[in-house]
Amino acid sequence: MTFLTHLINGISLGSIYAIIALGYTMVYGIAKMLNFAHGDVIMIGCYAVFMSMSSLALPPAVSVVLAIVVCTVLGIVIEKVAYKPLRKASPLAVLITAIGVSYLLQNIALLLFGADSKSFQSIVAFPPLKLAGGNLIIPSVTIVTVILCIVIVAALLTFIKKTKAGQAMLAVSEDKEAAQLMGVNVNGTISLTFAIGSGLAAVAGVLLCSAYPTLTPYTGSMPGIKAFTAAVFGGIGSIWGAFVGGILLGVIEILGRAYISSQLSDAIVFAVLILVLLVKPTGIFGKPIHEKV
Amino acid sequence: MKKIDLTNMKKTTKDHLVTYGMVLVVYVIVQIMLASGSLSSLMQGLLVPLTIYSVVAVGLNLCVGYLGELSLGHAGFMCVGAFSSAFFTKCMEHTGMNESVRFLLAIVIGTLVAALFGFLIGIPVLRLRGDYLAIVTLAFGEIIKNVMNVLYVGRDGSGFHFSIKDSASLNMAEDGEMIINGAKGITGTPHQSTFTIGVILILVSLFVVFNLVNSRSGRAIMAIRDNRIAAESVGINITKFKLLGFTISAAIAGAGGVLYAHNLSTLTALPANFGYNMSIMILVFVVLGGMGSFRGSIISAVLLTMLPEVLRGLSDYRMLIYAVVLIAMMLFNWAPKAIEWRERHSIRDRLRNRKTKEVR
Repeated sequence: MTFLTHLINGISLGSIYAIIALGYTMVYGIAKMLNFAHGDVIMIGCYAVFMSMSSLALPPAVSVVLAIVVCTVLGIVIEKVAYKPLRKASPLAVLITAIGVSYLLQNIALLLFGADSKSFQSIVAFPPLKLAGGNLIIPSVTIVTVILCIVIVAALLTFIKKTKAGQAMLAVSEDKEAAQLMGVNVNGTISLTFAIGSGLAAVAGVLLCSAYPTLTPYTGSMPGIKAFTAAVFGGIGSIWGAFVGGILLGVIEILGRAYISSQLSDAIVFAVLILVLLVKPTGIFGKPIHEKV
Repeated sequence: MKKIDLTNMKKTTKDHLVTYGMVLVVYVIVQIMLASGSLSSLMQGLLVPLTIYSVVAVGLNLCVGYLGELSLGHAGFMCVGAFSSAFFTKCMEHTGMNESVRFLLAIVIGTLVAALFGFLIGIPVLRLRGDYLAIVTLAFGEIIKNVMNVLYVGRDGSGFHFSIKDSASLNMAEDGEMIINGAKGITGTPHQSTFTIGVILILVSLFVVFNLVNSRSGRAIMAIRDNRIAAESVGINITKFKLLGFTISAAIAGAGGVLYAHNLSTLTALPANFGYNMSIMILVFVVLGGMGSFRGSIISAVLLTMLPEVLRGLSDYRMLIYAVVLIAMMLFNWAPKAIEWRERHSIRDRLRNRKTKEVR
């Protein structure tokens, strides 16, 4: 039973990683850049929910919607101001700019909300599920997280397959110039991608803080790095990869913490990542890189 | 033939001499300011960190600028260098060894151990490419930091005891002495890093990288960076030269770590000093200073380390300003539109135009 509990916790944490990793992977697929500020967008989303619930006393559902709106707008603004001017510059320059944005968001949060950690109230308020005669207790947050993750992945896959905007995303990620010649609005599509990724970050942030209820300006950075690892693990640019990578990473982290060493759980996660990449250099679902001479 | 060679030589040598000279001039100015007492205690405290970051930035620039591989794990090599050298210093503390000799040996040991780690990590890592390589170096850096936090080493009459659980499971005798105490790290390392030694290390690492870059090996490394397949087809051993560059880069970062360890009385592997944040900070120095320009790395390491301290009067806003300045500088330096604007409004061009008009 304890194993099952750990497994369920792992899947829950993994679902959060997966939702964050989706944001990383979509942005990478389309803009070919590592959006280092993604983790901090999560943190801003958490603060948005926290403030609207505690200061404005709004109901949880409204607060979450508000947070999604805040993060979506933030994502679009960041893209327009910091990343768009550098679209044709070296990838490293974009990476450093993203790091700058990350510092900026952290310090804005530090100024607005202070360095002390806020205790976040879970927004999922129904009782936990008890199975096997009370031996297996699944917290309600876990259930919501896992279901939400599956819904989001399914919705994204349908969106990309069935809608015109989704097809435009695929086209832009394959070849920007060709897509433009075919009449795709490249700038609009990239903005849309950032908007979706940042909106997902808000959702992930709320789930993360409901499960681990301490909120500081640096809350987003480690989950951000882990989720990025998950995206690379699954093969960056692939939605399935982000999903599978996220879940696997969460399960490995929780099981490693429970059975091997609680202090070494991060090291175990990263060691598994290294092993996977050595066997499959582009991740589990990554396409092999072909080089032309 | 010989004459052409000489003029070519002169150009790069002159460039190198300018860099050495710049470091020396700054050193002399700082010494004068120290002697006249016009340097605030805050600035004096910054002198050694400035040299540490400069050394590590030079090392990382070799990796990013010349090898063309983005490493996000150089803080890990710093960590290895710091801990191995501090461990050595602690072990030798009561043997009565001459302090300067001991510190010199500590630098050598820290550098060598970091080089060894760079070599071992480089073998698997350098098979990967681009962002995958970046994330794996980050992973190795985090693993090193994480392991350092759970490593316990003690010593008693019967020799060394190791554990990765806690200090109690070392089973030491009564008189045993803790050397590495898990998350509490190494305490009581003597303060031996001085500005002078830091500057000497900068000069030595500059000497190493300049000589490497202008050697046959250096040209091979740059050929691999520019086009791996073309380099391979002319018979360059890709693995060998990539490993060479990466190992030297790690070794220099390790030397920076030694300085770091001997500048603090307590050495711990925190996310703030040896986590990916540190690797990223060094990377910012390298990219802002210009990839492939060692002089640029040193200048930007010094300026960016001093910027938050100079802004200390603005207390709460200083890191905010730092972030804004960083973004603005990147946009100004790299955005195609900004480059175009700079070319149109370039002062150098205007002066040149004026001169040509005068001649006419």
